[in-house]
Formats: sequence, C-alpha cells, structure tokens
Amino acid sequence: MYVIVIGAGEVGSNIAASLADSHEVVLVDRDGDVVDSLTYELDVLPLEGDGTSLDTLEEAGIAQADMVIACTDGDETNIVACATARTVSDAFTIARVKRTEFLDTWSGVEGAFGVDFMVCTDLLTAQSIVRIAGLPGARDVDSFANGCVRMAEFEVTESSPIANETVADADRFESLTFAAILRDGDVTIPRGETVIEVGDQVIVIGSPESVRQFARSLTPSPDLDEIDDVYIIGGSEIGFQTAWLFEQRDIKPHIVEADPERARDLAEQLPGSIVFENDATDVEFLYQEHVDEADLVVTTLESDEKNLLVSLLAKRIGAARTVTVVENGRYVDLFETVGVDVAVNPREVTAEEITRFTREEHTENIAIIESDRAEVLEIEIDAESILANRTIADAAGDLPEGVVIGAVTRDEQFITPRGNTVVEVGDHAVVFVDTKVLDDVVSRL
Amino acid sequence: MKLRVDWRASVSLVGTVLKYLAVTMVVPIATGLVYGDAFVPYILPFFVTAGLAVGLGTVMEHLDPDPDIGAREGLLMVSLTWMAVSIVGVVPYVLEGLTYQNGQLVYLIDSTLHHPDNALFESMSGFTTTGATVMGTIDPTYHSRGLMLWRQMTQWLGGMGIVVLAVAILPELSVGGAQLMDAEAPGPGIEKLTPRIAETARALWVIYAGITLVEMLLLYGLYEAGMAPNMTPYNAISHGFTTMSTGGFSPEARSIEAFSAAVQWLIVPFMVAAGASFPLFWHGSNGEFEKFREDSEFKTYVGIMGVLSAIVAGFLFVDVGLADATTEATQAAYQSVDTNLLPHTFPIAGDVESSLRHATFQVVSITTTTGYATMDFTTWKGPAKFVLVFAMFVGGSAGSTGGGIKIVRWLVILKSLRRELFSTVHPKAVQPVRLGGRVLDERAIRGIYAFTLLYIVIFFVATVVLVADAAFSGPTSLTVIEAMTAVAATLGNIGPGLGDVGPMGSYIDFTAQAKLFMVVLMWVGRLEIFPVLVLLTRGYWQS
Repeated sequence: MYVIVIGAGEVGSNIAASLADSHEVVLVDRDGDVVDSLTYELDVLPLEGDGTSLDTLEEAGIAQADMVIACTDGDETNIVACATARTVSDAFTIARVKRTEFLDTWSGVEGAFGVDFMVCTDLLTAQSIVRIAGLPGARDVDSFANGCVRMAEFEVTESSPIANETVADADRFESLTFAAILRDGDVTIPRGETVIEVGDQVIVIGSPESVRQFARSLTPSPDLDEIDDVYIIGGSEIGFQTAWLFEQRDIKPHIVEADPERARDLAEQLPGSIVFENDATDVEFLYQEHVDEADLVVTTLESDEKNLLVSLLAKRIGAARTVTVVENGRYVDLFETVGVDVAVNPREVTAEEITRFTREEHTENIAIIESDRAEVLEIEIDAESILANRTIADAAGDLPEGVVIGAVTRDEQFITPRGNTVVEVGDHAVVFVDTKVLDDVVSRL
Repeated sequence: MKLRVDWRASVSLVGTVLKYLAVTMVVPIATGLVYGDAFVPYILPFFVTAGLAVGLGTVMEHLDPDPDIGAREGLLMVSLTWMAVSIVGVVPYVLEGLTYQNGQLVYLIDSTLHHPDNALFESMSGFTTTGATVMGTIDPTYHSRGLMLWRQMTQWLGGMGIVVLAVAILPELSVGGAQLMDAEAPGPGIEKLTPRIAETARALWVIYAGITLVEMLLLYGLYEAGMAPNMTPYNAISHGFTTMSTGGFSPEARSIEAFSAAVQWLIVPFMVAAGASFPLFWHGSNGEFEKFREDSEFKTYVGIMGVLSAIVAGFLFVDVGLADATTEATQAAYQSVDTNLLPHTFPIAGDVESSLRHATFQVVSITTTTGYATMDFTTWKGPAKFVLVFAMFVGGSAGSTGGGIKIVRWLVILKSLRRELFSTVHPKAVQPVRLGGRVLDERAIRGIYAFTLLYIVIFFVATVVLVADAAFSGPTSLTVIEAMTAVAATLGNIGPGLGDVGPMGSYIDFTAQAKLFMVVLMWVGRLEIFPVLVLLTRGYWQS
C-alpha cells in the first residue's frame, strides 16, 4: 500500500514507523529540520511541505496513494488535508482530531469533510481508561462485535483464586475463553493442563458479563457501578474526556488542575464534575480532598514523570487503584513494575485504531497486546475463510500455533466457541493471534 | 474642565423622542371626541401638549442635527428621555378643566393633579408603570374620559419601554440601539433576538401589543357574554393597557374589585405573562415552546408565585390573613355594600374559590409589580400581608415589563451563595455559576450583587428620608412600615404599599418634597439604578 502520512509529530512518526515495514510511506511535515532527521531514522520518504496544499500532495504522489493519514497537531489542518486529498484522489483518508466536535459532525454525516475515518486520540484514550476502570484488576480492555465480546488482560496476583490452578480448573466461567498467558514477555497459548502462575498476565475473551464475573473473582474490589470517588489528576484533553465519560455514567469525578484558567474552563464544560485548582503534588491538599479514600485515581498530567510521581503518591496515601497515561511507550512496563496499576499509552490506542485500516478489509476491530506481541482481531467470516462452515476443532488443525478462537458472534448473539462449534459465513470471530504468525493467519481467515 | 460626554447628541435624540410622543395624543383626543367631551377644557390640553412636545423636541433637536451616540451618550439619553417624557406628561393633568371665563382662567373641576408636583408624580408613576396615584377622585365620569385613558396609556407606553419603541422606529438609533435598550430594559443584559437590534425592538413591541390586544378582546368578550357588567369597552381598553405593562392604574377607584370574579381570574394569566420574559414569547411564536420549560427563570417565577399564592390562600381560607373579616364591624361594612352587585368580595374565609382568587390575584399583582387589587389587602392581618411585602422584593423576570429586583438576580445570588457554602468545605474547588446550563460570567455575577445591594441600600436610605420628612412636616400618621412599603412600591414600580398608600389609598398626603423624592425613586427604579446613578459620578463626565 502507498500511504501518505501528513504531520511528523509523535503520532505521525509512530504510525509511519509501524507501517514502514510492510508499506510504502511518504511522511510530510512543514518543519525542514524534522524532515531531515527523519530521513535517517525511518525507512520512509520524508517530504518538506504543507500537507494542505495540493502541490505538496501531488509531490508526495497523491495520485497513486491508497491511503492518506493526516495526524498533525491541528485539527483543522488534518481535516483540510483530507478534504484536499479527496479532491484529486480516491485514497482512503484518515484524520486525527482532538476536538470531539469534529468527531460528532463526522459521525453524524457520512463522508463529512472528505474524511473516511476519524480518530480522536484523546477520546480513544479516555474510553480506554473508563473501560479499564470498569474491570477491577484489568490492565487492558477492548470491546468487539458492537460490545458483544470483550477482551481483557489481567495480572494474576498471589491472592487470586486462580493462581497455581490449571487452566482446566480455572475455567469455571460460562462463555469465557482463556486466550493466552503472557509470562516473562513470552506469549503462551494455554492448554488445559497449563498451570497459571503468580505474576502471569492472562488474556481472556468472552461475553462482557463473564469477563466482569471473572474480574470480580480475581479481585474482590468494587465494580465500576459502585465506584464513587474517582479523581482525575491533570486537566489535559484526555482528563477532560475521561471526566466527561464518567459523567455519562452518572459518576461525579473530581478533577485537579493547577492552571487557574484551564481549571475554570474545565469547570464550565463539565457541570457534573468537581474541579479543584491546585498542584496535585500537594499532599495536604490530597488528604483534605480525601484522595486517600479514592476508589480510582487517573493521572492525565502533561508529563509522564509527573504522572508517575502523582500516581505513586496517591497509591502511597491510600488510593485503591491508579491508572496513568503514559505518552512514552517504553515506560508502560516500567510504570506498571514500580506500582502504577495500569499504564495507558495513547499512541498505542491510536495505533490500534489506525492499524485497523491497514489490515484486510474484513478486519472489523483490533486490539494490540503488550507492545505488539500479539493482537486480538475481529474478523467477519466470508466463504473463502478457513473457518467457513467447519468446526473449530477441524479448522484449528490447519492453523499454526499461536492462534485462539476466542469468541464467535452470530447476528449479534454471543456463541461460546467449543471444539464442535460450526462457524458459518457471516459470523464474526474474535481471534487471538501471536504477532509471529499474524500475516499468515490473517490472510487465511 | 473638559466634558467627555457629547450631551448635545443625547439631548437631540431626547427631542426626537418627544416629537414622536406628540403622535400618541391622538388616542386621548379621539377618545374625547367619541365620548363628546367639551373641547376647550378637556380636549384642547392634548393639542397643547402635542404642540409643546413638538416645539420642545424641535428646539432640542437643533442642538445637534446629526447626533452620534456612544455608550455614555446612550446612558444620558435614556435617563433624560424618561424624565423629559414625564415632564411633558404633566401638561394634560395640569390643564384639564382649565377654561377662560369672565376674563380669567378658572378650573371647571377640582383635581389634585392641577398642582404640578402631584401631576409630575402621577405622570412619572404612569410612565414608569408604578401605578402609585395622587389623583383625588378616580372616576372617568368626573375626569374626562380622554384624560383617564391618557393616564392608562402612559403606562402602556412605558411598559415595553419608550426607548425600545424609539429604537424600533428611529433608524438613527440602530447603531447604539443595543446599548440604549440595555440601559432601559429590566434585568441584567438584553437578549438579541434578531441580527438587527431595530428588528428585535420591533418584535418585542409587536408581541407586547399583540398580547395587549388579546387581553382587551377577551375582557370585552366577558362583557358581551354578560359575565362582567362593568367591563365596558372603555374599561377593557384601559385595563389592557395597564395589565401588560405591569402598570396598575385603573379608571375605577376600587381597582379590579369593581369587576366580577371572571374578570379577576382572566387578568391573572395576563399579569403573569407581563412579568415573564418577552423573548420567551418570541421563541414561543416561533414554535419553540420548550423554551418555557427550559428557562430556569420562568420556572422559578411561576413557582414562587404558586407557592406564595398557596400560602396566602391558606391564610385567607382559615381566616388568619383576613383582619376582622368575621367581626361585626366588617360585616356591617360589607352590609352597606350591595352584595348582589359585588358578590365576589364576601365572604372569603371558608370559601375555596374566593380565598384562592384573592390570594392568587394579590400575590401575582405584587410579584409582577402590576399593583392591581381585588380587595384592600391593607385590611389583611400580619401573616398574609407580610407575604405580599416579601413579594415586593421578588420582582418580575428580566426582559419583562415588570420592575423590582427580578427573579433572575435572586436566582444567581442564591446559586452563588450555595457556591460560597461549598467553597468553605472545598476551598480549592473551582465552580462556575450556571443558569439553565449556561455558565455565568463572574463579572455579571458581581454586577448582580452590586445592583441588589445598591437596591437595598437605597431602599433603607429612602425610608429614612420619608420617615424624617413625615416627622417634620408630613402626615403624622405615617408609620415606618408604611414608609418602607411606599419606598418599596415606588422604587420597585409596584404602586400600592400598605396602610394609607394601600391599593385603595393614595400618596396624596405626602409633602411636595416627599412626592418629588418618590418621583426620583420611580425614575431610578425603572431604569434599574445604574444608568441614572452613573450620571452622578465625576468619572462619567470627565475621564
């Protein structure tokens, strides 16, 4: 595929880097210095110019482009770039935006702005945070098949009842599949006799209810419905979106923001939240506002280091659970090691969303596990699929090691996949795939 | 000293307004002709007034043939307009009944309004829609029909606002029009309904005139249907004028007590409409009826009146609010009245409809600052009477024709007080004050606090002035409560107070200086204090 990426900021260069392996990528940016340095860093064609100008786009080869991804920092710039591309080409256009207003307009009118797909990074991150908040103990949560299927990643601690049990014993849950176990950075496909050890991360796929039951059995802490005291530290756009999503769920979040103007702004836009104007590292303030009794503390400050600091502080004074936003993908594991319960990387979330469109057409949804060690895909089964009209046990024999059929939905109904389940054309399958065999498997499914 | 205000431009525009005021004399002149009033003593004064208005207006216009007004000139223009119009309005009262006989000028009738101070009080009370009166004999058959209708019409002109009317029809006011309307319109700020301010002003006047017409027709309909023997076409027009303007003048000495229960019930919803925000009706006329349901001021406004009415109705029903209604003295007093003619005035205690009607009418009348009465509520006992005193300080809605402090201000004050309470527990919390989902600017909140505080300060200071004046030279019977309600009733453009200044009473007993003082109170109250008060600051004129 020939892809033009406009904007070589953090998101742009990240997307370019992940696409560079298998696609031809042209990376356009207005900053000559950035373009120069990218020449050596990435295996892409860097181009200096304004992505909203037709001349630049033509120079980038818009005529032969299959996809245009506009991901500069300016929402308007991205939209105009897509609209401009649309005037001369049929390439699939993806725009990254921050403001949800644009997303609302876009989802309301088909093909608005000449944008085929719009990614709202901050909203995606916020959604991810709220999803994780809903499942105590979960490190990553994703929904598939219009919410019929849920995938979640949990860490097994000493107190977990499934610790040191075999998968066969642990599988006490209706419509839940143990898709994988991550141990010491390796992906293991569990067999019935595999023993779940303390420190493992288990990936389960199942109906939302079964995943919630599983989560509850792992950690007896309250469900999202019972979470009252949510504190969002840092009024960044992600913080704002997170607060807004909590408000939609009738939870009244507390937001802490140090900048007076931004605090006022947030307070005006979030009638269902309580906004405090204070420095979040002020321990006295944290006690005064009962952060020590918080059910959940989300840190969305502007720097990763501050987020870590505040998360650890909140944890130390007694907050039940901390979720922190980490801009730098390399910190994710580190943060979770030193005590942050869940680290969410906006770029990973955005990448998941954008990568969806670089896959085959029938891939409906995707989740990336642990820095691209594996993926969970949702696939609509067509007649050529290896699964079509066969039992799962039958088809599994033809698939390589590292693939698990996690769930099947038929007409939006959840079907627990067992060995004798026959998959029909038109079903949606949610499949766990090890990255090593990804390309092979995707083409055959 | 260099003046920074182009006062000539302001005065010139006031002149233009005065010239147009002459046109309104058509109504009393036509009325006089229809009812066959004698020309010289009764119709001629209106021609004189019209001539004077045009003459004075033309002279004033010559000060600046091409007036160009900014914010400061606008404030001066609005304040001066109301004073100038009231002064011109004095003329018909003073000249009424004046004729030339046997080589000298004599008055054919005896009117308290022949004294200029009384006439100015009545005129200002009319234009500011206060409805406080110093007219000795309130009777359209004693005074001329034309004059009594003129008295009603001054309130109608003042209701939606003379300056708003001027903005609607004078193209030269289109530029500064929004500021002018802001200075005049009740409530903090104005709501622009259309891109052009003149169209907004026109829309407001059309709605105002439309609802007035509907009321007049319905009142007349009751008369035709035989449900209101006293509601003649003349009375229907007169009361239409003063209901929708929240004025309260009536050509009947006993106000709305003179009419049947059906009329009293009919007037209530129109008073409610008059005290509601007119932009809401504009939205309503565009089919957006949900705006009424969404508007927090409207909901509070209706809610407050509902609660207060229920309280008073309860008092009246169980005979707590009615002073001596069941004593022999009152019964004797009522027996002297032809109860067949006025079956609605007695009894009240124990009668659900009566107590509900009188309570609702009085509460709505005072809250909307109309000032009508279906009975002399000064005869009520403490509890019910004091609910009305409370209602005096509530006021109508912003963007209505009502006076007083206004519901929206109280709403904002209550909400920001609640925020203060919250802040004592959470000192670092940032909480904007919201009204109907919209965030209020902190400056606007400060302005509302300042206005309300100033209003209350003026109320107390003015009370002291009236009480002191009375102690030296005035009616010795003036109690402090009466003085307080007199101030509240004039400053809030309500009209009747308690005691001697009650709905069936009169302000005639005050000294001339006290009346002039109250003229200023009405003037200041109608323009909501700031436009007048700012003229008294040095900074306004110089820097």
